[in-house]
Amino acid sequence: MTIKKLVSIPALLATLALLSGCPSKKPDVPPAPPAPTTDTTGVEDPNATVGDTDATAGPPGELLSKRIVYFDFDRSDIRADSQSIVAAHAAYLAKNPAQKVRLEGHADERGSREYNIGLGERRGQAVRRALALQGVAETQLSTVSYGEERPAAAGSDEQAYGLNRRVEIVYLK
Amino acid sequence: MKLRMKKLATCLFLLTAAATPAFAQLRLTITEGVTDPIPIAVVPFARAVPADGGLDVAEVIQRDLESTGRFKGMPRNDMVFKPTTAAEVDAPGWKQQHNDYVVVGRVSALADGQVRIDAELVNVLTGQRVSGPYSVAPASNLRSGAHRIADALYEKIIGVKGAFATRIAYVSVDGKPPTQRYELYVADSDGANRVRILASPLPIMSPAWSPDGEWLAYVSFERRVSAIYVQHRRSGKKTMVSARAGINGAPSYSPDGKKLAITLSGSNGNLDIYLLELATGELKRLTDDPGIDTEAVMAPDGTVYFTSDRSGAPQIYRLSPGSNERPKRVTFTGSYNARPRISPDGKQLAMLTLDQGSYRIAIQDLANGAVQVLSKGRQEESPSFAPNGAMLIFAGRERGQGVLQTVSVDGQVSARLDADAGEVREPVWGPFLPSTIQP
Repeated sequence: MTIKKLVSIPALLATLALLSGCPSKKPDVPPAPPAPTTDTTGVEDPNATVGDTDATAGPPGELLSKRIVYFDFDRSDIRADSQSIVAAHAAYLAKNPAQKVRLEGHADERGSREYNIGLGERRGQAVRRALALQGVAETQLSTVSYGEERPAAAGSDEQAYGLNRRVEIVYLK
Repeated sequence: MKLRMKKLATCLFLLTAAATPAFAQLRLTITEGVTDPIPIAVVPFARAVPADGGLDVAEVIQRDLESTGRFKGMPRNDMVFKPTTAAEVDAPGWKQQHNDYVVVGRVSALADGQVRIDAELVNVLTGQRVSGPYSVAPASNLRSGAHRIADALYEKIIGVKGAFATRIAYVSVDGKPPTQRYELYVADSDGANRVRILASPLPIMSPAWSPDGEWLAYVSFERRVSAIYVQHRRSGKKTMVSARAGINGAPSYSPDGKKLAITLSGSNGNLDIYLLELATGELKRLTDDPGIDTEAVMAPDGTVYFTSDRSGAPQIYRLSPGSNERPKRVTFTGSYNARPRISPDGKQLAMLTLDQGSYRIAIQDLANGAVQVLSKGRQEESPSFAPNGAMLIFAGRERGQGVLQTVSVDGQVSARLDADAGEVREPVWGPFLPSTIQP
C-alpha cells in the first residue's frame, strides 16, 4: 500500500462523516405505519401449533390430490401447467368455507437464507392471491415461508432445485 | 510486518481434534496459508498435576497460533531442551534451529479450583524476553485460559488481538429431506466444548449473538410458523419475542444489546425491517418498500445495513434509524449482493455476492467502495466477522455437505472446520469474552 493511499482513506472517511452530518432532506415517504400486528404478547396465528396437519390429508380427486405448485427459477408467477391445480383447490375451498389451508412457500438452496425466506413468501402470496381471486375467503388462507430450510429433494442440481421451488397447499384439520 | 505473504494453494497442516471426543467435533484444516509463516517453538509447559486435568496447554496454544495460517510450530521431537522459564532459554541455540520466537510457561494450581497459566515469550532474533501474559481459569475449563494466552501472544507478535478465546454459534442439520433434524450449537472458536442450545424437527435459522455474548437470538419454526426467540446461553432460559402474522426473521442485536433489528412481513407478505425494543416490546418500522427488505445488521455507530431487492435484484442498502432519509444503496458491483455484516471497526462490509455464477463471500471497503471476493467455492453464505476483525467465518459446501470455513480479511489464509456428522451452517462469531488475562 502506498503512502498516498494511506492518506486518502482518512480523507474519504472525513468526507463521509461530513456528508452524514449534513441536515437531512425532508422524507418523501410517509411516516411508518403501525406494526403489522395488534398483538403484543407475540402469539397470533391460532393455527400455529405442531400436529395440526397430516401430510396426506386433503380432498381426493385427480387434481385435488396434487397439492404442490412448482415455480421457475427466480419467479413467483404460477405456471400455466399449475393453473388447473390451483383452480381445482379454489373451487373446493369456495364450496367448503370452513376448510382452511396453509400455503407453505419454499425456495431452492442458492443464495442467502433470509432472502430466500422472502422469495418463498412471494410464491405463497402468489398462490394465495390466485385462490382469493377465484372465490376463496381470506380467512381460509394463511401463508408461511420456509425459504430453503425444508427442501423436498436433496442435491445441488437443476432437478432438485425445480422440486424445491414450490408452494405446498396444506389442508388444516 | 515483514512477512512475505504469498498464496499457497495446498494444505499446509492438518490439526486433528483434541481429546475427549464424546460427541461430533469440528476439525480444523488450513487450506491456504502464507508461504512464509513465522517459525515458533511452543515448549511444553510445566504442569500442575492433577489440577490441569492432563490438558496440554502448550499444544492448545500452538494449534491456536497455527490455525491463523501465520505461524508454524516447531515439532516437539526436534526440541533438544524443554525450558519452562525465559531465563533458561538459550536464544542463540533456538535461533540456530530456525525459530523466530520461543514460548515457555508454567501451569500452577490456585485455591478454589482455579488454575493459573504463566507464559513468557522470547524473541530469539533480538534476545528480547517478554514476561507474561498470564491467565487464570477454572480447572474445569483450562482450555479457555490457554486460548487467552494465545490471544495475548498473537497480539504481542502480530499487533492485533487474537480471537481464540471466543465462541461461535452454528446450526447443524441431520437426516435427509423431508425429515431433518435441526440443532443450534455453541462451541469454542476451535470447535471444542460444543454445547447444544436447541434441537427441533423444524427449521432453526439466523442465530445472532448479543454484544455481551450472554444471549443468542434466533428464528425457530417449532410452532410451524416462524418466531424469533432470545435464549440465555448459560441458563437456557428462552423467550419468544416476536411471533406476529407472516414472517418473523433475521434478528440482529443493536450495539447496546437493547434492541433487535428484525424482519416482519405481516399477513400481506411484504418484508420490511423493524427495530424491536427488547425490554418494552415496542416496535419501530425502519423500511417501507414493496420489495423484500431483510437481513438487517447494525454497525457500531447504529447505522443499519440491509438486503433489499427494491431495484429488482438483491443489493445492500443503509439507513440511519434516527433520520427520515431514504435508504442509500451501498453495493454496485455484481447482480446479487446480500447478507451484509459490518466489521468491528465499522469500515468494512462483508456480504454474499454472485461472482462468475457462484455465490461467494466478498468484502467491500466502505470508504472507497473497493470489493474483493475472498472465497472460491460455488455455494457459500452467511459471513460473520471475528471480533478482532481479522477473519470471517462462513458456510461453504464440501462434497454436497455444508461445512464451516474461515478466511482472513486479506484473503490470504483459509481454513475449513469439518463436522464429522451432519451438515453445519450459519456460523456466527461471538464477541470477545470478558477478560481476566493480565498483560
